[in-house]
Amino acid sequence: MNPFTIAFAGNPNTGKSTLFNLLTGLRQHTGNWAGKTVITAEGEFTHKNHTYRAVDLPGTYSLYSNSADEEAARDYIIFEEPDVTLVVLDATSLERNLNLALQVLEITGRAVICINLIDEARRLGIGINVKAISKRLGVPVVAISARSKIGIDALLDQIERVATGAFTAQPLRISYSDEIEQGIAELIPMVEQAIGTRYPARWIALRLLDGDDSLITSLKAHMGRTNFSAAKEVVGHGVTACH
Amino acid sequence: MAGALIPLSKAVNGSKLVISGIEVQGVLRRRLLDLGFVVGNTVEVLRRSPLGDPTAFRLSNTTIALRREESELIYGTLIGGGNE
Ligand SMILES: Nc1nc2c(ncn2[C@@H]2O[C@H](COP(=O)(O)OP(=O)(O)O)[C@@H](O)[C@H]2O)c(=O)[nH]1
Ligand SMILES: [Mg+2]
Repeated sequence: MNPFTIAFAGNPNTGKSTLFNLLTGLRQHTGNWAGKTVITAEGEFTHKNHTYRAVDLPGTYSLYSNSADEEAARDYIIFEEPDVTLVVLDATSLERNLNLALQVLEITGRAVICINLIDEARRLGIGINVKAISKRLGVPVVAISARSKIGIDALLDQIERVATGAFTAQPLRISYSDEIEQGIAELIPMVEQAIGTRYPARWIALRLLDGDDSLITSLKAHMGRTNFSAAKEVVGHGVTACH
Repeated sequence: MAGALIPLSKAVNGSKLVISGIEVQGVLRRRLLDLGFVVGNTVEVLRRSPLGDPTAFRLSNTTIALRREESELIYGTLIGGGNE
């Protein structure tokens, strides 16, 4: 059976590589995909009866600011369609870290949120209600320490549930202002007509409203021939869909 | 001074503000939002460098330095500190 692909996303310094190394050990090599110059690590691990291919994406605070790292991470999640996107968060700085988590969850519900450095959070007296966060985000959330090896089995169990489809969730639906929601509603049929239903139409509509030219360039490259002129006409109001 | 609406560039060391508006546009706006410069968030002025630029700000548990071109386009309401 083919291994499941797990993409590791997260802000810089959240312990992504520590977790990656713990899981893959020496079974890894440095990869380079899709003609991008961004180099990152790839490796394998097994849990119970399944084999997983782990891909360490560049550490970023966002998927929207159009640095090469952010574009690479974004394009991987959208176009490579990993079986699970694992978002690694720093337990001592959740507010900042949740920005990226929300961005990923608007793209895909095939995700697990991993709150790392829980040892450090405990030391600082920070309490984290994992259940409440999971309920709000709609995907499994596990608190771990990659360095102290706390919670790793529980994390792997949740990764397995999402990878095998035992757990499924739709992309997180954040409600925006009436004006933006109206723009989204107008754009979604055009997005689906242009690129089909394989990619997350609501999220792409949002990015079009935000004027994300970099995403349009990537979409064009991946679709080969798609015509976005209709969609661009609807945009053009200079609406900013930031949140 | 508490309650006054001022650009971050005018806030003195040690003052705390609640962000109320960001007039920066484009990719830089996006970057600032990602760093936590969002309406409603609290920001503290840590210190201005000797030449007055850039200035270190503390928000969402991180220290970030901004140039005047950026900080004068971010507005906030003073909520304390800075005793001036
Ligand atoms: N206390 C603590 N430190 C950790 C943990 N995981 C990683 N670190 C440390 O955090 C730092 C950054 O880790 P790294 O894996 O390089 O982060 P990355 O930038 O996300 O790949 C390193 O010094 C790690 O040893 C953890 O669970 N607890
Ligand atoms: Mg790393």
